[in-house]
Amino acid sequence: MCSSRALYEEVILDHNKKPRNFYPMEDADHTIEGFNPLCGDHFTIYLKLNGEIIQEISFHGAGCAISKSSASVMTTLLKGKTVKEAEKLFEHFHHMITSATDAELDDKTLGKLMVFSGVREYPVRIKCATLAWHALISGLHGEGKAPVSTE
Amino acid sequence: MAVSTDEKREVRVAESSYDIAKIRSDFPILQMERAGKPLVYLDNAATAQTPNAVIDALTRYYTCENANVHRGVHYLSQTATTRYEDARKKIANFFHAPVGCEIIFTRGATEAINLVASSYGEAHVGEGDEIIISHLEHHSNIVPWQILCERKGAKLRVIPINDAGEMILEEYEAMLSPRTKIVAVNHVSNALGTINPVETIIELAHAQGVPVLLDGAQAAPHMPVDLKALNCDFYAFSAHKVYGPTGIGCLYGNAKLLNAMPPYQSGGDMIMSVSFEKTTYNSLPYRFEAGTPNIADAIAFGAALDYLSAIGMAEIAAYEQELLAYGTEALQEVKGLELIGTAKHKAGVLSFVMEHAHPHDIGQLLDDENIAIRAGHHCAQPVMQRYGVPATARASLGMYNTREEIDAMVEALHKVNKVFA
Repeated sequence: MCSSRALYEEVILDHNKKPRNFYPMEDADHTIEGFNPLCGDHFTIYLKLNGEIIQEISFHGAGCAISKSSASVMTTLLKGKTVKEAEKLFEHFHHMITSATDAELDDKTLGKLMVFSGVREYPVRIKCATLAWHALISGLHGEGKAPVSTE
Repeated sequence: MAVSTDEKREVRVAESSYDIAKIRSDFPILQMERAGKPLVYLDNAATAQTPNAVIDALTRYYTCENANVHRGVHYLSQTATTRYEDARKKIANFFHAPVGCEIIFTRGATEAINLVASSYGEAHVGEGDEIIISHLEHHSNIVPWQILCERKGAKLRVIPINDAGEMILEEYEAMLSPRTKIVAVNHVSNALGTINPVETIIELAHAQGVPVLLDGAQAAPHMPVDLKALNCDFYAFSAHKVYGPTGIGCLYGNAKLLNAMPPYQSGGDMIMSVSFEKTTYNSLPYRFEAGTPNIADAIAFGAALDYLSAIGMAEIAAYEQELLAYGTEALQEVKGLELIGTAKHKAGVLSFVMEHAHPHDIGQLLDDENIAIRAGHHCAQPVMQRYGVPATARASLGMYNTREEIDAMVEALHKVNKVFA
């Protein structure tokens, strides 16, 4: 009971140490700020859209292992996906990490996102895991001007 | 505090007569374990734990003393009133409040500061006036003044700090002017532990006729506070930082200034007589205590101070200084750890960042070992901005902490490095 091993999965630690798509994209056509004033976690998400398709996605900034790895995993999953698919995936992801710890999880839909299922045990960390996602979705909805806060 | 060789010797003597085992046994929560691991509570700057003496005072009050104060002729009301007013006297004695000053009960230090910002500010601050605070303040000693400045068209001036986390007094001196209406600074910083040179700050302000409010929330638990010697105009503090209950604190104030201030909140108890034509306000301190007060917690606050007095604040200060020095040295062993706040005079706080781990991840892994520290901005975002960090991990010491607990934390921090580095 006293171990956050379940929270810090190897995949999470790996993405924290070596975040993927971790660079400011100079020619992005969407730049969205995600900010958690409580922790000071601050990420910028960069996007290039081709119609409805996410052609390029990257992120940059600083945060805890959970928020950073979640942003990193997100970028690896969404490249080539449509905006609708991204929204759907976030819906599943959000449902997973906010559901009861004994609820059954649909690992076929969630895929790699399953590594964050441990977050369910730590309600205060949900905002870390969803920071980049919230920023992305609000940005896609054209609300990207103002920083997104999960508080 | 600067520790000379002589003082070091004294510290050792004090430590040997300091019965840490007895003190720890007075706090029931310290006996708790989680998954076989004893609680290591190092979040005392957020709130301190409560000794049996305080818990017993609360139980006694609700078991055989509970009634409203200042209004009944019956036995219980008289008992409750006596206990409540006794607590006020205990607080005045504990802080060496001089004659001609008042202790006003508030919900805590935050409300005490709000009271002064709102009421003193209403009476004395106008357009173009200035209020001086410091870069080290807790949000509770920033925002009330900001709101006042907005309301009045006044200007907030901020005393800068150096890299060690000490106020730069030359800058402060240059800031004081005939436009300055009040100086409001903390006695000890909650985020870094800096003990500020409040004697000099007060002296410089008074030389220009400017009153000074001290936020004493983090000073009261760590050192003897002598308000007569300090000669400040207002002092704000909270009971739960000095091993008392939450929801109660005090504003200490100069009666002359308080008498010239308009009411803060209004209602019962703060009035002498009420008619629809005219209301006459009560005398101090009641004029600033509208409504039924937090009687039980005020009495328990008094019990907490009795407990501390029996041990001795000087003894507690000496013990904690030694522990702080030990902790400061022990943390140097941890790879990639950087202490934030290295003032020469410090009390009770070890704030730090680590190269490979975010403060929240540090806090999470320490919690696995049942070690409670704080991770975040400590309600002092400007301090974090000054050091260019989003947050720090903060271990804050209390009278019951031990070297063994520091060792346990250091060991857990090595584990943090294993996971994240």
